[in-house]
Amino acid sequence: MIRERLIFEISDKGKKGFCFPKLDVPEKKSLNEKIPIRSSIKDFPQVSEVEVVRHFTRLSQTNYCIDKGIYPLGSCTMKYNPKINEKIAQIENFITAHPCSDPEISQGGLQVLKTLEDVLIEVTGMDAFTFQPAAGAQGELVGMMLIRACLEERGDPRKFVLIPDSAHGTNPSSAHICGYKVKEIKSNDSGTIDLDDLSKNMDKDAAAVMITNPNTLGIFENQIKQVSEIIHSKGGLVYMDGANMNALMGICRPGDMGVDVIHLNLHKTFSTPHGGGGPGAGPVGVGSILEPYLPLPRVLKKDGQYFIDENYPKSIGRIHSFYGNFLVAVKALAYILSLGPEGLREVSETAVLNSNYIRKSLEKEYHLKYKAPTLHECVFSDKHQKQYGISNIDIAKRLIDLGVHPPTMSFPLIVHGALMTEPTETESKADLDSFIEAMKQIAEEARENPDILKSAPHDSYVRRLDETTAARNPKLRWKP
Amino acid sequence: MYPEEFHYTKDHEWVKTEGDEATIGITDFAQSQLGDVVFVELPDVGEELKSHQTLGVVESVKAVSDIYSPISGEVSEVNEGLNDNPEILNQDPHTKGWIIKLKVKNPSELDKLMSASEYEKYLEGLKDEE
Amino acid sequence: MSYIALSEKDKKEMLKAIGASSPKKLFDCIPDDIKLKRDLKIPPARSEPEILEYFNECARKNRNHEYLSFQGAGAYQHFIPAAVDYLSSRGEFVSPYTPYQAEVSQGTLQLIFEFQTLICQLTGMDIANASLYDGASGAAEAVLMAMRINRKSKVLLPKTVHPHYRQVIQTYTRNLGMDVLEIGYDSAGRIDTAELEKNIDNDTSAVVCQSPNFFGVIEDLDKISAYAHENKALSIAVSAEASSFGLIKAPGEMGADIATGEAQSFGIPLSFGGPYLGFMACNNEFLRQFPGRISGETQDIDGNRGFVLTLSTREQHIRRERATSNICTNQALCALRATIFLELLGEKGLGEWARQNIQKANYAYDLFKGIRGVSAAFSGEVYNEFVIKTEKKWKEVENELMRKNIIPGVSLEKFYPELDNCGLVCVTEVSQKRGIDRFAEILTDILAT
Repeated sequence: MIRERLIFEISDKGKKGFCFPKLDVPEKKSLNEKIPIRSSIKDFPQVSEVEVVRHFTRLSQTNYCIDKGIYPLGSCTMKYNPKINEKIAQIENFITAHPCSDPEISQGGLQVLKTLEDVLIEVTGMDAFTFQPAAGAQGELVGMMLIRACLEERGDPRKFVLIPDSAHGTNPSSAHICGYKVKEIKSNDSGTIDLDDLSKNMDKDAAAVMITNPNTLGIFENQIKQVSEIIHSKGGLVYMDGANMNALMGICRPGDMGVDVIHLNLHKTFSTPHGGGGPGAGPVGVGSILEPYLPLPRVLKKDGQYFIDENYPKSIGRIHSFYGNFLVAVKALAYILSLGPEGLREVSETAVLNSNYIRKSLEKEYHLKYKAPTLHECVFSDKHQKQYGISNIDIAKRLIDLGVHPPTMSFPLIVHGALMTEPTETESKADLDSFIEAMKQIAEEARENPDILKSAPHDSYVRRLDETTAARNPKLRWKP
Repeated sequence: MYPEEFHYTKDHEWVKTEGDEATIGITDFAQSQLGDVVFVELPDVGEELKSHQTLGVVESVKAVSDIYSPISGEVSEVNEGLNDNPEILNQDPHTKGWIIKLKVKNPSELDKLMSASEYEKYLEGLKDEE
Repeated sequence: MSYIALSEKDKKEMLKAIGASSPKKLFDCIPDDIKLKRDLKIPPARSEPEILEYFNECARKNRNHEYLSFQGAGAYQHFIPAAVDYLSSRGEFVSPYTPYQAEVSQGTLQLIFEFQTLICQLTGMDIANASLYDGASGAAEAVLMAMRINRKSKVLLPKTVHPHYRQVIQTYTRNLGMDVLEIGYDSAGRIDTAELEKNIDNDTSAVVCQSPNFFGVIEDLDKISAYAHENKALSIAVSAEASSFGLIKAPGEMGADIATGEAQSFGIPLSFGGPYLGFMACNNEFLRQFPGRISGETQDIDGNRGFVLTLSTREQHIRRERATSNICTNQALCALRATIFLELLGEKGLGEWARQNIQKANYAYDLFKGIRGVSAAFSGEVYNEFVIKTEKKWKEVENELMRKNIIPGVSLEKFYPELDNCGLVCVTEVSQKRGIDRFAEILTDILAT
């Protein structure tokens, strides 16, 4: 197998990949005299365009991606990225729009933001949205800041945030950045939030609960209304992590469940591409009590014209250089407007259908800690395979041999050896069956031939990597 | 398997006392749960610790765990060897992989801890829970 | 339009396997009183041609292209080589997930490793991360990092730092008991060092310095870093215009402890403000407090080189509430664009690029300074932006120029009420001499009356 070198290893003096037009103004040589000029950039690459193109083309071919096959990553909603949305995000007038331009010449951009706000309000049942957060985690941070600002105005920001033990790590992390300490709430045997534990911990020092619904086990928190009541009765607020919104569109709405603030992940539910790690977007929707605190700027519509408004004295302020990840918002809006109301509901219905099909097909071979009904994802574990010395990691690595991306591993924390599986609605039955067959094959191999799992993957571009040495002796950049 | 002369905590720390000096580390069970240790955050010499207070952090590739002091006292020595060779914690958690030494403040606190056989029984119970 | 890939037969078979009579039954676990009993009130579905028409019409209402623009202020118009779009639109780069399963993500991990290396080379520092959201959040994360490192809570934040970045820093630090003190600027348009000296003390955690600063003026980062270190504080170097790395001395060589900022200039179009590309770099001593994802080099069991996400115990999915940041998804595809861009330009290209920026901007600056009714607001040396003061109100001047299809820059009054007759003008390599000359001619006419 040809191994792709680093660009620095292909580099050599005198090669160049781009030329500029000649300088068309008279050169003023004295300019450099009064400023600190850099010495040459040591070992910076010098390569030709053809080398760059081949380098990245070959590198790209070592990546698995949605365009190749199924990505059953629980909690990630790796659905297909519609190509028309990519085309729309490249429309010249969107690409060349400067964020400081007068609203009068930016009506197109502002229309996208306001229209997306309007449709998301309807989809979620909330009252207003902000598009500033550049990712779900930033959205969570904003959500917690809004809660804090509201409680501060009432006289006491409080000290704690209640977070279920099944929550994604960004939840406690975001709470902490907001100045809150975390109290973990137990899940009950059905896999939902333990109402008694919640009640016990909900007091005048608890600012909010951060809940995911359906939760990270794929189980709908059917007592969500009671959860909201418990929190509201003691003056707290309800934050919903909307990462799992793919199960609910057109079925039910967070705003109708007593949720005060929610973040959405446009790169999950709303099909914008994941890009190997972003850019995504994490818009935040609020009920009317939190609206005054939304970050600036706000986009308004009046008499058919769009405006920027920064006259919100209670706002938490700005959290992005400009309007957030605008081109990502464009793609999400194109998706929603393409699908329409029936399309969005069909998405959720099919996501749930696909996931339950996988669950039913694999529940004999793989242990399901929680037996409650699940929606768009479910969490298996490696419990049945452990007796053969096989862990979820071995299962994941063998899946790679079988041409499938593994499910999410080792999360949520309340399931040891977790394999969180979410196929999404865009998988064909053939692709679902491939995944199921692969998992069944692995279950059998665990019994008959565990060594083949322990030594997997066998044919991938690289095999199991030494993550221990990578952490003990970090090599984080190339050096000659 | 677990040294008789040690005392143990529910959070899988061990403590060995010799006079008024105690040596503290994590148990073999703890290191096996963590996986390959990549970094240990150690306290400063001279730091005063209360029983149950976090004395440091152990990091593996995929996990982070607080280390709690089983008893109160003043840190008299830390195992600097763990900085360059954190793998000692995996290889030898009960001897070379010691983490800190401290001057015992309150010897009666040892009574609240588990003996080796009690700890082993405790581990059995954890296995059943899964 | 629909992206469902199941036939009617498929659905029937799957429902039978599950034992459900219809897809709706799968939602029985949701209490009836929460269920939506109507359709969502959003516009009906559109086909591909219809959605394209909708957005083309919408985009027509953006009219930036009708003007010759001299806007900067944190978003810069630069040439983007064709290969950047071409390569970064490959499905294998656009559609994969975060590279947690390293064996099938070597493309992404290796490009991140190259990106990190390039940022280290440009900033003159030891380590860089895989990206942050943008320059503003980068600046905020740097301040939080400084606070974690030295556990002090006072930060000196000069007014020469981009107003939006300052606002974001304020938003991020408000709930953490931090004391953020704004420092003024002097007649050169640089940080007022007398004011800095008066306010810096041993309680100071960090001093933030943007260079070139918001006014386009190049700061004396060496001196600012010295002030910081004398008081056992950290020096945070912020950059909004990344092309300046091709000319100006690296922050790592001017005493910076953390270098952060906006890398949008590296091959990312204006995009109405996003997605952009935050970067951050620091030296080895601060590794454990460093936020963001990092790709590290290692070997596989056959001894082949490979790359993995490493030091993940700093991050939120493991360290949870004690993480160095809550960042998860970042701006990876933008980092790819920047990596391709930098590798195409190479060292010589980077130098030529920066040279053209500073030359064209100073040509314009000198030209405008010679116009009656125009003066330089500040005396300091500038990179590719500068502030001019006009005898007539800036808003008036701006309106008249816009009538001639020129956007002269960004008005400063909103951010600096004391600079109400001033505008921030940006000239990059994209601006042509004839455009600059035309701008000068019209400006002359406007101010002659």
